[in-house]
Amino acid sequence: MNLLTFKGGIHPKEEKFYTEDKVIREMPRPTKVVIPLRQHIGAPCELKVAKGDNVKTGQVIGNSPAYICANVHASISGKVVDIASMPHPILGHCLSVIIESAMEDKWVEVEHYRDWEHLTNEKLRMIIKEAGIVGLGGAAFPTHVKLSPPEDKPIDTVIVNGAECEPYLTSDQRIMIERAKDIIQGLRIIMKILSAKKAFIAGEINKPSALSLMAKASKGEKDIEVVPLKTKYPQGSEKQLIKAVLNREVPSGRLPLDVGVVVQNVGTALAIMEAVVLGKPLIDRTVTVTGLAVKEPQNFRVRIGTLFQDVIDACGGFDKEPGKIIMGGPMMGIAQKSTDVPVIKGTSGILVLPKKEVNLSHPRDCIRCGRCIEVCPMRLMPNMLGILVERAKFDEAKRYHLLDCIECGSCGYVCPSNRSLVHFIKLGKFKISKK
Amino acid sequence: MDKLVVSTSAHIKDSDSIPRIMWGVNLALLPVLIAAVYFFGLYALGVVLSSVISAVITEAVIQKFLFKKPVTVSDGSAVTCGILLAFSIPPSVPLWLPAVGSFVSIAIAKQCFGGLGWNVFNPAMIGRAFLLICWPVEMTTWTSPLDGVTGASPLGILKEEGFSKVVEFFGNRTTMYTDLFIGNVRGSLGETSCLLLLVGACYLFYKKYISWHIPVSFLGTIALLSWMTGGDPLFAILSGGCILGAFFIATDMVTSPVTKTGQLIFGIGVGALVVLIRAKAGYPEGVCYAVLLMNTLTPLIDRYIKPKPFGVVKK
Repeated sequence: MNLLTFKGGIHPKEEKFYTEDKVIREMPRPTKVVIPLRQHIGAPCELKVAKGDNVKTGQVIGNSPAYICANVHASISGKVVDIASMPHPILGHCLSVIIESAMEDKWVEVEHYRDWEHLTNEKLRMIIKEAGIVGLGGAAFPTHVKLSPPEDKPIDTVIVNGAECEPYLTSDQRIMIERAKDIIQGLRIIMKILSAKKAFIAGEINKPSALSLMAKASKGEKDIEVVPLKTKYPQGSEKQLIKAVLNREVPSGRLPLDVGVVVQNVGTALAIMEAVVLGKPLIDRTVTVTGLAVKEPQNFRVRIGTLFQDVIDACGGFDKEPGKIIMGGPMMGIAQKSTDVPVIKGTSGILVLPKKEVNLSHPRDCIRCGRCIEVCPMRLMPNMLGILVERAKFDEAKRYHLLDCIECGSCGYVCPSNRSLVHFIKLGKFKISKK
Repeated sequence: MDKLVVSTSAHIKDSDSIPRIMWGVNLALLPVLIAAVYFFGLYALGVVLSSVISAVITEAVIQKFLFKKPVTVSDGSAVTCGILLAFSIPPSVPLWLPAVGSFVSIAIAKQCFGGLGWNVFNPAMIGRAFLLICWPVEMTTWTSPLDGVTGASPLGILKEEGFSKVVEFFGNRTTMYTDLFIGNVRGSLGETSCLLLLVGACYLFYKKYISWHIPVSFLGTIALLSWMTGGDPLFAILSGGCILGAFFIATDMVTSPVTKTGQLIFGIGVGALVVLIRAKAGYPEGVCYAVLLMNTLTPLIDRYIKPKPFGVVKK
């Protein structure tokens, strides 16, 4: 079979065997959660509770009048014991609400609609906004914004992203296997809001059972099609996914909606279904806890705000001395300096690499082998971007399309000189944004 | 737990590295070395060792005492340079000659430009060009394989007396092609045996250390231009340093363009210059100068031949 894909990319070891056959389990409720007020792209939330307040699970503890923002909810019921700046897996530190768990898990009542078909699109968007849903693939962009394209840009196609191309991670795969029907229902809600005529559910061929279960769940629905994709990193990157499925190229500096497409992660589709049909705000998510240094790797349903240490302990703790702890996958994840950080909405995985798997070799100068150019899915010249940023030639780097980089890390993965190309690129983007 | 490593993604890396690639190239050159010892005797091994030892010592001394930087000779790149220089000079040179050549290669062509990755010219070819200018007699004294009798190389005969004399020299065309292919001819130490060079090249292809673009465009251009100018295309490819140059010298990552399109242009340029030098210049062979001349164009090629980024429309 000739599988769909994009040009460039790499084939890192998949390493999904740790957790791909493990059923998603509910992680025991933690005794304490630390919920940052900023877990998404956009404006930070304003605090809606005070120290000493009793809160229920699902209660809004932070929101904002800003449009690009996502509500933050209490993920357990209990007492707000402190409001303080706490460690954050992306931002370093962030104002957070610390809740100590009560004996019972009491939920707030949220309106929900088993027969949502008759609701207006405005109402549906409102429910999604209230539920604080963001893109769960990792970028954490508020979903209600993504579902509100400008009127002059009609959306004809929705793609549900089940590529999960990052090595190690299996949460999307497990969701597809265990919650296929619910994902389809979430997709139906998305299609209604966008008035999209066609939808694709796309996944890499290395998850055959997930794809066949999705196909089974969408059987008889003519406007939903399951497409198997070649297993290649970064197949799940939005632009590469659209290219593979529809052969449309999102113009430089533009968004998928400019080519009539909206992409949603499978986890996001599920969260939308849970918000609309079950009235459940985004207070937990599926997290793959994995790596050679974890005793019992798991796919866990974890309450937002649970500390990494508690999650790892629930997996039996460390099996070997950890060398690196990464939020997300090994290609794009963020290395953590401690386990005191909480699981946030964008935490797709917790990967613990033992010392011997940590790459500590020194970088050398570029030997111009050109491999980074070969693998770059954006067809950039990472070799030049690295050298130019190293020499603080940011304008020149911009002319080499620095800002088009999606930071997938394929260039650094293949670099024989072991250069931290993504590091240079991120630094370059930061410096340009400060100008 | 107090010592977690924090760094930017990606957190995993494939297994290739500079040492792996360079030692891989050295391994690919080993069969040719064996052929050289077979055809030209143990003295050939001495020439290679002299060149390699000089290259390694020069690099180590410069890095340690002059630049006070980490010494990186274990990455194998100085060894590669030493081997390639020895392979491109006559097998009967005095042993001090390759040592001087390697010194020039490493000190002038490599370290003066900033070390591995920054050299504009192929270091081994700079060393060879230097030796040819300074010691023209030693550098053009060719000995026969096995019996060691000195005389002209096939390309020398072609230059002075024409192609029919070349065929006459070998006896007939079939013997000519066979001898050239196996390496039973006068020529530089490591360039005569096309067969074993190709064995090494296959390894480089298998390891993806080289791609087809430069060798094919290089050899294709030579064959095409020789045929168009009334020469024998197969003889043109099999003689002199073409095979060594096409697979091991012009393909040097540092001094050739980074894009595949750029590499095609580079290969065509080298091929055309080889034919031009062989036909019109004073030297019978031109691979070394052709490569060096195209090295000067590499930065220019890289400036103009760039991939078209995803989603960018050409204005």
